[in-house]
Amino acid sequence: MGNDVLILGGGVGGTIVANLVAKEVADKARVTVVDSTGVHVYQPGFLYVAVGRQQPAALRRPESELLRHEVNLVVDQATFVDAANQKVVLRSGRTLRYDELLLATGSRTVMDEVPGAAGAHDFYTMDGATRLFKALQEFKGGTIVIGVAGIPYKCPPAPVEFVFLLDDYLRARHIREQSQIKLLSPLNRAFTIETTSKLVQPILAERGIELTGFFNVETVDPIAKTVTSLEGETIAYDLLVLVPPHRGQKVIEDSNLGDARGWVPVDKNTLRHSNLEHVWAIGDTTNIPISKSGSVAHYEASVAADGIVAEVKGEKAPAHVYDGKVMCFLETGHGQATTIRFDYDHPPVSPSPSRLWHWAKLLFNKTYWHTVPQGRLP
Amino acid sequence: MSTVAIDKTIDARGMACPGPLMNLIGAIRQGQVGQVFEVLSSDEGSKTDIPAWIAKAKQELLETRQDDGYAHFIVRKAR
Repeated sequence: MGNDVLILGGGVGGTIVANLVAKEVADKARVTVVDSTGVHVYQPGFLYVAVGRQQPAALRRPESELLRHEVNLVVDQATFVDAANQKVVLRSGRTLRYDELLLATGSRTVMDEVPGAAGAHDFYTMDGATRLFKALQEFKGGTIVIGVAGIPYKCPPAPVEFVFLLDDYLRARHIREQSQIKLLSPLNRAFTIETTSKLVQPILAERGIELTGFFNVETVDPIAKTVTSLEGETIAYDLLVLVPPHRGQKVIEDSNLGDARGWVPVDKNTLRHSNLEHVWAIGDTTNIPISKSGSVAHYEASVAADGIVAEVKGEKAPAHVYDGKVMCFLETGHGQATTIRFDYDHPPVSPSPSRLWHWAKLLFNKTYWHTVPQGRLP
Repeated sequence: MSTVAIDKTIDARGMACPGPLMNLIGAIRQGQVGQVFEVLSSDEGSKTDIPAWIAKAKQELLETRQDDGYAHFIVRKAR
C-alpha cells in the first residue's frame, strides 16, 4: 500500500489531483506537489493580455493558496525521474521517493525550432502576450499574419479567437481599414474540427479576415518580413504572430518517459503510463490525440485522482474512466462566443455564437480561482 | 500488399480527424526527400484531406488502398 503521492507540476491538472487525493486520503498518504515557480498561472488569460483586455497580475496566484493545507508544496525543478527506483531528483539535489507519481508537467514552447522566428510574436507565455500587446499598441496599420508553426499546440481555438479579438482591437483603435489580418491554418479549413470551422469561416469572411489553408509554417525571413510554409507558399507580413511548436517538458525527455517530442504515452481511459507501474500522466503532458487544454486536464484530473486514491487504499481500480470529454469556449469577437463540446464517441457540436457564451467565458475566467483548482467543478 | 519499400508506417487508426493528416505532415517535416511513408487511417475525412494536402504540398501519393475498416496512403517525400 502506497503512502507517498508525488505530483510534478502545479498547473490546473496537478493542483486538482493534489486537492482531490488529499481530501480523500490525507490520513493515509503524504501528498506533495513539486512546482518550479510556486506560482499558479491561468494560461487561458494570455489571449486577453495580448489585446490589452487583461492585466497580467490578475492571472497569477501563489500555488500555496490553491492547495489544501494537507498538501506539501516543494518549489523546485524536477530534473530526473528514476522510475526503476521510484524516485525523483530535483535541481537542488534533493531526492523525493514516491509510491504513486503523477506527471502533470505540461508542455513548453520552442519557437527556436523555427528558423528565423526568434523575433516573431506569440501569446503562449505571459512575456509573449505582454510583448505582443506592446507591439499592437505601436502598430499603425499594415498586414498582421497569424500562423501555426507546429501541431499539437495548446488550446486549438486560440488562433481563431485571437484574430477575432484582434479585429475588435483594431476597430476600436480606428485602424482596421488600414490593416489586413491573415490567418494561416495548417489544415484546409480554419480549425481542426470541421463543424466548428463551418460555423466560424463565414464570420471570418464577414470581418474581412483572410484565411489561407494548408499553410504549415516552416521558416521566417525576418529581414524580408516573409513567412514560408512546408507546402512552399510565401506570405509577407508587417507584424507576425506565431503559435510556436510545443514539446513535453525537459524532465520527461531527460528521463526517457515519453516519445520523441516528450509526450508521455498513457492509456487514454485510465491515464496510467503505458509501460511504467505507479506512473500517471494528465493534461498537455500526455500523447493522447486530443486537445492540449486546461479543459482536458480538468476533466482528466478526477479520473487520475480516483485511480491514485484506489492505489493508496489498496482497492481495485475504479470504474470511472476518462471518456475524452472536452469543453472549450471560442470567442468570435463583437462580444460573442460559442462553445465546443465533444468526447471520444461524440463529435463536436457548437451553438450559434451569442453574448451569453461570451459572458459565460468571462464568468468562468473570474471564478476559476475559487472553483477549478479545488476540484469543486466536476 | 504494396511493392514499394516503406521507410516508416504511421498507424493513425482510431485517431479522429485531423490526427492522421497531422501525423503525416509531421513525418514529412522531419523526413528526408525520397523517403516513403505509409499512413493507416480509419477516419473518413482522411480520404479527402490527405490527398488534398499532398497535392497542395507537392508531395507524391504513390498508392491508396482500402483495407478492412481503414485506408492505406503511401506517400513519397518529393521536396
